[in-house]
Parts: sequence; structure tokens; C-alpha cells
Amino acid sequence: MNVKHHAAHHFRDASHEASASKLGLWIFLCTEILMFGGLFVAYAIYHNQYPEIFLAGSKFLDWKLGSLNTLVLLLSSFTMALSIYYAQKEKLTYSTMCLWITFLCGVIFMVVKYFEYSHKIHDGLLPGELFSHAGSENLGLYFSFYFSMTGLHGSHVLAGLALIFWLIIRSHKKHFGPGYVLPLECVGLFWHLVDLIWIYLFPLLYLVE
Amino acid sequence: MKNYLNEKTGLWSWLSTLDHKRIGLLYLFSVLTFFFIGGIFALLLRLELFTVGETIMGPEAYNQIMTLHGVMMVFMVIIPGVPAIFGNFFLPLQIGAKDVAFPRLNLLSWYLLMTGALVAIVSVVTGGVDTGWTFYTPYSIRTDNGTIWVVVGAFIMGFSSILTGLNFIVTVHKLRAPGMGFFKMPLFVWGIYSTAVIQVLATPVLAITLLLLTLERMFGIGIFDPKLGGDPVLFQHFFWFYSHPAVYIMILPAMGIVSELMATFSRNNIFGYKAIAFSSVGIALVSFFVWGHHMFVSGQSDAANFLFSIITMLVGVPTAIKVFNWVSTMYKGSLSFETPFLYALGFIFVFLIGGMTGIVLATLALDVHVHDTYYVVAHFHYVMVGGTLFPLVGAIFYWFPKMFGKMYSELLGRTAFALIFLGFNVTFFPLFFAGTQGMPRRYYDYIKPYETLNQISTVGSWLISAGFLLVLIAIIHSLLKGKKAPDNPWDGRTLEWQTQSPPIHENFEKQPEVTRGPYER
Repeated sequence: MNVKHHAAHHFRDASHEASASKLGLWIFLCTEILMFGGLFVAYAIYHNQYPEIFLAGSKFLDWKLGSLNTLVLLLSSFTMALSIYYAQKEKLTYSTMCLWITFLCGVIFMVVKYFEYSHKIHDGLLPGELFSHAGSENLGLYFSFYFSMTGLHGSHVLAGLALIFWLIIRSHKKHFGPGYVLPLECVGLFWHLVDLIWIYLFPLLYLVE
Repeated sequence: MKNYLNEKTGLWSWLSTLDHKRIGLLYLFSVLTFFFIGGIFALLLRLELFTVGETIMGPEAYNQIMTLHGVMMVFMVIIPGVPAIFGNFFLPLQIGAKDVAFPRLNLLSWYLLMTGALVAIVSVVTGGVDTGWTFYTPYSIRTDNGTIWVVVGAFIMGFSSILTGLNFIVTVHKLRAPGMGFFKMPLFVWGIYSTAVIQVLATPVLAITLLLLTLERMFGIGIFDPKLGGDPVLFQHFFWFYSHPAVYIMILPAMGIVSELMATFSRNNIFGYKAIAFSSVGIALVSFFVWGHHMFVSGQSDAANFLFSIITMLVGVPTAIKVFNWVSTMYKGSLSFETPFLYALGFIFVFLIGGMTGIVLATLALDVHVHDTYYVVAHFHYVMVGGTLFPLVGAIFYWFPKMFGKMYSELLGRTAFALIFLGFNVTFFPLFFAGTQGMPRRYYDYIKPYETLNQISTVGSWLISAGFLLVLIAIIHSLLKGKKAPDNPWDGRTLEWQTQSPPIHENFEKQPEVTRGPYER
């Protein structure tokens, strides 16, 4: 075992610290779900009120790009989990490699998102007041939801990417190993949540019909 | 003698500290500063209302100062007040821990509060805010001024609150001393724990609401804007889904303090320990299902009104359980009336009025009559000032010897209490009458028949500020000239009294073990 981690002074030992950190992280994930929950509730209300707007709006999205992003994120969640598994088995090179794949998948997701966004902006498919696409009125509300939901989600992907990059640096420095995978697990849980939220966003926005 | 205050010195040692006690004092200092500023705003408002017509300021200035008073007192004083100051300082001490679970996160929370506060204050230079602290749409979308700064500031301060709550939940679950089961925890810890649950579950909804409001102002997304198909009542639902539970973020930890004061100064085991503990959790749970009572006249359905009205009245049950138990704790106790205990007794008197008038407001037919009148203003000041600030000031005196190792002057403390208690009632009791006679809230002016009541109220505001000033003098006097405090000046039973005053950096010389209930004698 080449990894030694010292628990902070107010914990009995490393496992005490790990259990506290994980509890804290789960509570944090609850707050994330509640925050997105507000958006989902608003979506449900307006979808119920104006179903035709959501149907018409969703036709402007490319379900193929959405599916691609879904697959990319699912793959990244899988490699994230694998990297923890390899770290626990002391296969540190594999573990680092998996982190790199996870990171790249996140980047691909954002690049696809970038192309989707710039396409929408170019066509005037913008939220609320700014909506200016010729020939279709009143779809602003749908794009308000599209941009605020995917925007908030995208900012979480960016935060996740920063965290994964931090893990990669630490992983190259051989900080992790069978005795210490806590940061990998915590960032991993966060990344899975980001993935999970997308799993809901995808059908709600792309597959309305 | 080595303690947490003299362990390290210099400003940077404070600004970079990870010690929960020092972070508690950072909060104490900043919250008292905000309270001072918010208090000056309140004095100005009352002064404007002294006579009919323009007294010292015009309507625009009045609206802006009223908004700032509300925003500061709610987001920067009462919400962080008890949990962040005393929760930080005494939660680990009371459960026999060396620190909170995540000390770095704890320091970050303080910086977030400061950042949020600064951002909110920027609004003053960018044109002021006149929406009131509730930011109701569509006015808050249209009004052309610094609203966005305050909204973003409140958003950032919300994260401070969430992270503090998260920290406390984990601390309570993971860091209790050996032998301290959940039912051996002091009741202040129960109060802080219930509060933390609300902070964690409710604040994220405020976060998304304020985020959407920000987007609304920046890009006109229209989710709350009727012009674009949105619904302003949805904003009210979202806002109160957080802000009603937030009322219990304010009151629950204060009730925890009252339990401590009752047990200590009655020199008695607390009566009905489990009932008080569960009623805290009960209030926390019910608090999530009452938000609609803010919207009885906003076009909510009759069925919703009816349900929210009934559930709101339910809050009275656990609250009354607490009051009965506190009063029973005093029975056959050996009472002594030091300053902190006076605040606890004052709390019961004032909070009872606040609570009873709350039932009036929960009653549908009556609420339609007094909605948005000074009756509501009087009610929530009785609950917030009487319910939260009284115990908060009581806690300052109660724990002062432990925090700073100095005793305060009883004469100053008691005089200050007399002034605050008297001033408070003189300020706010007349407003119940003004409200029932129909004086609407939030206006800078009123008609002649309300003048006498308003003048009494304004005079009261001077008394109450004299009282708070005296509290400040008592604190400074004690810091400079106070006698050295013994480890346990009040004969308290909870763990914080079993370490030295002020405590060492690690809190206890050796890990305490718990074998009996928190208040057993």
C-alpha cells in the first residue's frame, strides 16, 4: 500500500472521516435534486397548461444529437465507476485512464451542446422575449425551459469537468489506492447525479411527442 | 492560560481560521454589524411614519429603505443569526466534539455570506431596490433599479445557509461523544438539527426561484411574467415554499436556546424532554406544508386555501407543547433571574402574542380583512423580534462567559432587557390596532386617524434602540472590565460548561463520555 491518508483531527480515523464525507455528499445531492426539482415542477405546470407549445418547440430539437449526448454521458458514468474499481484493485494506470475517458466524454457533451446552442441562437429560437424565429409565434416559453434547464445542467457538467480534472492531477500523483478512494467516490456520485438529471431532461425536452 | 482566543493572533489568523469557535465569533461580529445597519433603517422608517405626510423622506426613499431593512434583517441577521453564531460555537461543544464535520466548508460558508451581503449592498449604488424583501413578480421584473444585485446576493447567501445546515446535520450524526445517543443530546442541538434539515431541504428551492428571477430580468424568459404566458402566482408559490419554512429556520434554534435557559435557570431537569425534541422535528415537518397561507388573496383555489388554513393552525400544537413544557420546567425549580433568563421569560410572553395572532391570520375569513395591513407587520415582528432576537440576545449573555471568559454587568444587562421589552411592546402592540382599523402596510404615508398609534410606535422604537445600544455597551464593558468568568457560572449541566472558559482549541482536555441525560441533576 503506497497511499497514506491522514484523517482530520476531529475524526477518529480515516473510515470515520469517509463515512461523514459521504453523508455530507448525499445531503448535498438532495439539495441539487430539490433545486432542479423547482424547474421540473415549473415544467410540469406549463406543459400541462400549454401542451401544444411544448410539442411544437420540441420539433426544433435534434433527437439524434440528444441521443448522442445521452450515450456519451452514460459511457462517462460507466468509466467513472470503473476508475474507482481499478483504484481499489490497485490498477492505478487503468484508473487514471478511465478518468481521462470520463473527462473526454464530458467535453464531447459540451461541444455537442455548443453546436446545438449556436444553431438555436442563429435561428432566433431564444427564450421568452428574445424569441424571434419567423413563422412560429409563442414558442418562447418552451425555449425558456430549454435554455434554463439545459443551461443549469450544463453548468453542472462544467463543474463536474473541473472536479474530474482535479482528480486526474491527483491520480497522476498517485494519491489514490485501495486505502483511499474517497475523492473519487464523492466526485463520482456527483457525476452520476449530473448524468441522471440529463436522463430526465432528454425525454422531457427532446421526445415530447 | 491557553485558549482558542490567544492560541494564534493577528487578523489573518481569524480570517483563515478553521476553528468552529472562531468562525462563530466571525458570524457574531458580522451579524451584529448587519443588525446595527438594519436597525438604523428601521429607526428611519419609524421616524418617517411619525407624522402624516412627508416627515423625513419621500416615497421612493421609503420603499428602498424598507426593502433594505427587510432584506438585511431576514437574510443577513435572523436566518444566519442563531444557527451560524451559536450553532457554530456551541453545537460541537454540546455534543462533545472537537469541531464541526467540515471545518473548511464552514469557513467557506462565512465567506459566502459576506460575498452575498456585499453583492446585495452594491444595489444601493446601482439605484436601490423597492420591491420589498419578497421580490414579487411582475413588479420585480419591471422596476428599473438594482433589484438584480439583491436577488443575486440572496442567492449566494442561500448557499451559505445550505452548507451550514449540511455541516450541522453531518456533525450531529457523526461526531457525538461516546455515550451520547439522540435522546441524550441537549435540546439546543435538537433545535439546530431540525433547523438544518429545513435549511437543506428548502433553500435550494429559493435558489432556483431567485435564479429564474435573475434570468427573467436578464433575458426576459417569462416563466413568471404574465405578458409572456408565465404566472406570477407561481413565483409566490416558489418563494414561499422556501420562505415559510425559513420562518422556522429563524424560530427553531431560538426555541432551542429557550429550552437551555429554562433548564439552567430553573435549576431543574427539563420537563418533557422528548416532547420538546419531537415538537421541534414536528414543526420542521409541518412547516413545509403551510406556505399557501401567504397567498389567501392571491387567487389560490378555495380548496387550497382551506387546506393551508387548517395545516397552518396545526403548527400551534407542537408550539404549545413547547410552551407548556417550559412553564412546567419552572415549576418547583429554584429560579434565579439573571439577564439571560429574563430574555427567556420575555420570549414566552411576546411569542405567545405572536403565536396567537398567527392563528388569527391563519383563519381565512379574518385574514381577508387584515391581509397586508399593519396587523401582519405587528404579528411577524412579534414572532421574529420577540421569537428570535430575544433568545438571541439572551444567548449572548448566557454564553458570554464561556465565549470570552469574562462576566458581564448584571445591572447593564437587566436594564437593557427592561428597555428592549418595554420598547418592543410599545413599538409593535399599537400596530395591531392600526392593522385591525385597516392601515395598509408598505406605504410611506397614512391618513390622520392612524397618527396617534404611529407616534406611540415611533417612540417605542427609540426605547428599543436605547435597549440594544445598552446591550452593546454591556458587551464592550464586559470585554474591557469584566471579571474573570468561572468555568460554570450558571451551574449548567450541558457539556459546554464542563470545559474551561474560554475553551481550548480542541474544546476538551480529554474526550468527554456521556452517561446521563443532558439536564439531569
